Amino acid sequence: MSEGLWVYLSTSPLLWLSGTLFVWIVAIGIARALPANPLLNPVLLSVSAIVCLLSVFHIRYESYFAGAQFIHFLLGPATVALGIPLYEKLFLVRANLLPMVVALFAGSLTAVATTLFLGHVFAFDQTVIASLAPKSATAAVAMAISSGLHGDPALTAAVVIMTGVCGAVIVTPLMNAMKIRDYSARGFAVGLASHGIGTARAYSVDPVAGLFSGLAMGLNAIATSLIVHLFL
Amino acid sequence: MIMGITILLLFQLVGEVIAYFIHGVVPGPVIGMALIFVALSVRRGRFMSQPFEEATKTSKALLENLGVLFVPAGVGIVQHFDLIAERGLALFATVLLSTVVTLIVTVWCYLATKRLMGA
Repeated sequence: MSEGLWVYLSTSPLLWLSGTLFVWIVAIGIARALPANPLLNPVLLSVSAIVCLLSVFHIRYESYFAGAQFIHFLLGPATVALGIPLYEKLFLVRANLLPMVVALFAGSLTAVATTLFLGHVFAFDQTVIASLAPKSATAAVAMAISSGLHGDPALTAAVVIMTGVCGAVIVTPLMNAMKIRDYSARGFAVGLASHGIGTARAYSVDPVAGLFSGLAMGLNAIATSLIVHLFL
Repeated sequence: MIMGITILLLFQLVGEVIAYFIHGVVPGPVIGMALIFVALSVRRGRFMSQPFEEATKTSKALLENLGVLFVPAGVGIVQHFDLIAERGLALFATVLLSTVVTLIVTVWCYLATKRLMGA
């Protein structure tokens, strides 16, 4: 009977669409209840929980993604949506234009160059290196860049999430250790290095940090798509 | 809400069409983002103000819940368990080191430029 139920549910996207959203709501609740611990990142919690569920019930990623793709698809319009706060906060952008341009160029170049350097040091093959190169750009953009470079967009997606979670987890302790209290600078750095996941973290720490993080994410999406062509 | 998401999707669609003709040098959604920014900047008076207000509301809703949009792609890590089993440590080291260095370089360049401007 239970097997019949699985077969029945797997014919529709409903199970993993609602499942992903439900897991996310629980993860957000946990992250908000314990905001002091950056390891309790909602993206990290949700991905881990769903990976465990898929492994326990022997569900293939393709059947999971058949439902979850409707959430994934929204990354495209969400990227377009970044243009709106960019316009609304134009005065803040103008006031900090030069620091942002310098940091954008230096940061974007560093993100791609260090990845390529370490990729060669660890002797990854060319497909893996091409998949890693755009890892600081937001997922939809990084995947498009990766397929343009003959990388593996699915691997890129996973590495982009790793990068996002990594930056979101270490940014607060790192910036505190560096004694940096300028939240526009902290936000800009985490948005550039860790895209939307860093931005979500920045918003939970400080609204100014969140704004600059969102700006950096949008600008770095453009910068990375241009800069990778210098190297690959 | 329908109006807002339609505006965003139309800008993405135009972006994808342009991306096709420039052979994907810049991805479609990024072109869409630049286009909506330009459209808002050149807009004068009340022209299309209601559709753009709706798009603004939708964009806030999307950006407030940005994290969840990464979950389906993140779960894709299950397809790469073989790479992780073999090269997981090297992969993690690459991501961690590169991210830390990027954070430090970015924040340092930002603050150094700001200080030079103030001086």
